[in-house]
Amino acid sequence: MFRFILRRLLQMVLAFFGTTLIVYALMFAGQGDPIQALAGERPVTAAQRAYLTEKYHLDATGVGGFFYRYLDYVKNLLQGDLGQSLTGRQIGDILQQAWPVTVRLALIALAVAILFGVTAGVIAGIRRASIFDNSTLVLTLLVLGIPTIVLAPLAQYFLGVKWQLFPPTAGAQPSLYALLLPGIVLGSLSLATALRLTRTSVAENLRADYVRTARSKGLVKRRIVSVHVLRNSLIPVITFLGVELGNLMSGAIITEGVFNIPGVGFNLFRGIRTEDGPLVVGIVSVLVVVYLISNLVVDVLYAVLDPRIRYE
Amino acid sequence: MTQSAVQPTPASPTPPGGHLLDVRDLHIEFRTREGVAKVINGVSYHLDPGETLAVLGESGSGKSVTAQAIMGILDTPPAHITAGQILYQGQDLLTRSEEQRRQVRGKEIAMIFQDALSALNPVFPVGWQIGETLRQREGMSRADARRRAVELMDLVKIPAAAKRLGDYPHQFSGGMRQRVMIAMALALNPKVLIADEPTTALDVTVQAQIMDLLADLRRDLNMAMILITHDLGVVAGVADRIAVMYAGRIVEHADVRSLYRAPAHPYTKGLLESIPRLDVRGQALATIKGLPPNLMRIPSGCPFHPRCPYAQQVCVDEVPHDLVLGDGRTSACHFAQEVRDDSAR
Repeated sequence: MFRFILRRLLQMVLAFFGTTLIVYALMFAGQGDPIQALAGERPVTAAQRAYLTEKYHLDATGVGGFFYRYLDYVKNLLQGDLGQSLTGRQIGDILQQAWPVTVRLALIALAVAILFGVTAGVIAGIRRASIFDNSTLVLTLLVLGIPTIVLAPLAQYFLGVKWQLFPPTAGAQPSLYALLLPGIVLGSLSLATALRLTRTSVAENLRADYVRTARSKGLVKRRIVSVHVLRNSLIPVITFLGVELGNLMSGAIITEGVFNIPGVGFNLFRGIRTEDGPLVVGIVSVLVVVYLISNLVVDVLYAVLDPRIRYE
Repeated sequence: MTQSAVQPTPASPTPPGGHLLDVRDLHIEFRTREGVAKVINGVSYHLDPGETLAVLGESGSGKSVTAQAIMGILDTPPAHITAGQILYQGQDLLTRSEEQRRQVRGKEIAMIFQDALSALNPVFPVGWQIGETLRQREGMSRADARRRAVELMDLVKIPAAAKRLGDYPHQFSGGMRQRVMIAMALALNPKVLIADEPTTALDVTVQAQIMDLLADLRRDLNMAMILITHDLGVVAGVADRIAVMYAGRIVEHADVRSLYRAPAHPYTKGLLESIPRLDVRGQALATIKGLPPNLMRIPSGCPFHPRCPYAQQVCVDEVPHDLVLGDGRTSACHFAQEVRDDSAR
């Protein structure tokens, strides 16, 4: 297990350099004049141009120059310095403000998925082909079929504006209550998938041979389902939820955009729109690390849950 | 319905106290979307304390379904028990509540299954699984259950039992896994052990070890055993009586010795003839022609007639009754006498 984790950590280093390099290249290769982009509409004086060229090593041209700048960037990154956005703010500060919001949103979404998705999935799996099972099937297909870009404004209009059950937008310092509706919208997709996955897994495990054995031991049905079946059924579900948490942590561009939540996705989207290269690369670099770590945690968790999985 | 006209005839007289386990004229159907499959069509057999009954038959003959009906672990639906009785110590299990039946499972009648790898829960240690029965059914403490689990694992001769308590099923070899399965079944000292093809998934050498173990345990713990198998070789050394099943019926019922010496049903005869022999060289192996019947369309009359070398018009028209031959044997064949005389020759 230790060697497995070590190997995965080494792989993460490679993945980290690969992704930052690609994002860095994509973000800066396309730019015409970075200095003009930095200054926006205003004219740039010769002195400013010389200073910025010096600061960002823009005098080095071609592929060599690109790698020179990339390595310079990575060097700062490894020292914990994410650099400045084009607006002059420290990217580290931006993330420090945005992340707690996104994490809260992600946890609400995940709680919704677990509370309703897994519970309903277990019930649907036990009562296969019942009215409950069939209606959850229709509902989940509906949710999976509607893209967030449609679902989020619909929820905002009906639940936020028309019936005024929730605040329609979150604002700068969102309360937990303001994040509830976006959390539900964001979680609904994970909820639907978790429900389908749990339902299939429970239904399959109920037919397993070990259930027949448990019955022939004379155990009560409740124990067979809640101990034997559930313990096996939840292995794929927990794995899925772990990966999903990693996804949710990296921000939800659409949901955060629609509900005006100043999270990671919101800032990332603004960075892309304003061609703020340092901001985009900075955020993505951190996201890559979050994603890689959450995946590693899921892999380890998988081995803990299923004794048949052993990493050498 | 001429098929259900087969009358059960006990192969041996009922003892005064009744049999320990007595299955009477059991009928089971599987109702599926494709139609109704008549899986069990009037099966009767019994078991007395301390004896071993082998139930022999090919896949789909209904031997496992009958056993699962005794245990009360058939999935209903699709299975429906349409007629019959399963008497255990004189009381019909089929009329009892699910809760009462649950009490019988494991404590009175226990069962072991064919493939121990899938029959054991993959995510719990074996010690936990053996102990679970004791904790749940006997209210034993965790520590006592552990101790007893070690004893049981010792009993089925698992080496270093105490050390292997925390191992998971996949960490055991096939034979050891089946021993774990047996230990689990013995946890509550059942009076009847049903072994459903306990050696089918194992190597030949391990098969013999498991069969020996089962025979020893049966004798030492004074249990009665129903041994379900399709392997004639497995049966010979262990069983007292044999019931041969075909298409959901018992076609022949006899003590082991006389059945092997002179089978009285063409199906049994065919089975015995199709055993490869080491002493006869260069001879093609005999087979029973044709295939077992589709249980949704069981042939008229005797269900074996399309495959039977003895078949006459009467076999197509009439369902054969159980013919009582001497020495307490029965055979559901119109020509049972001839078949037996042919076999004895």
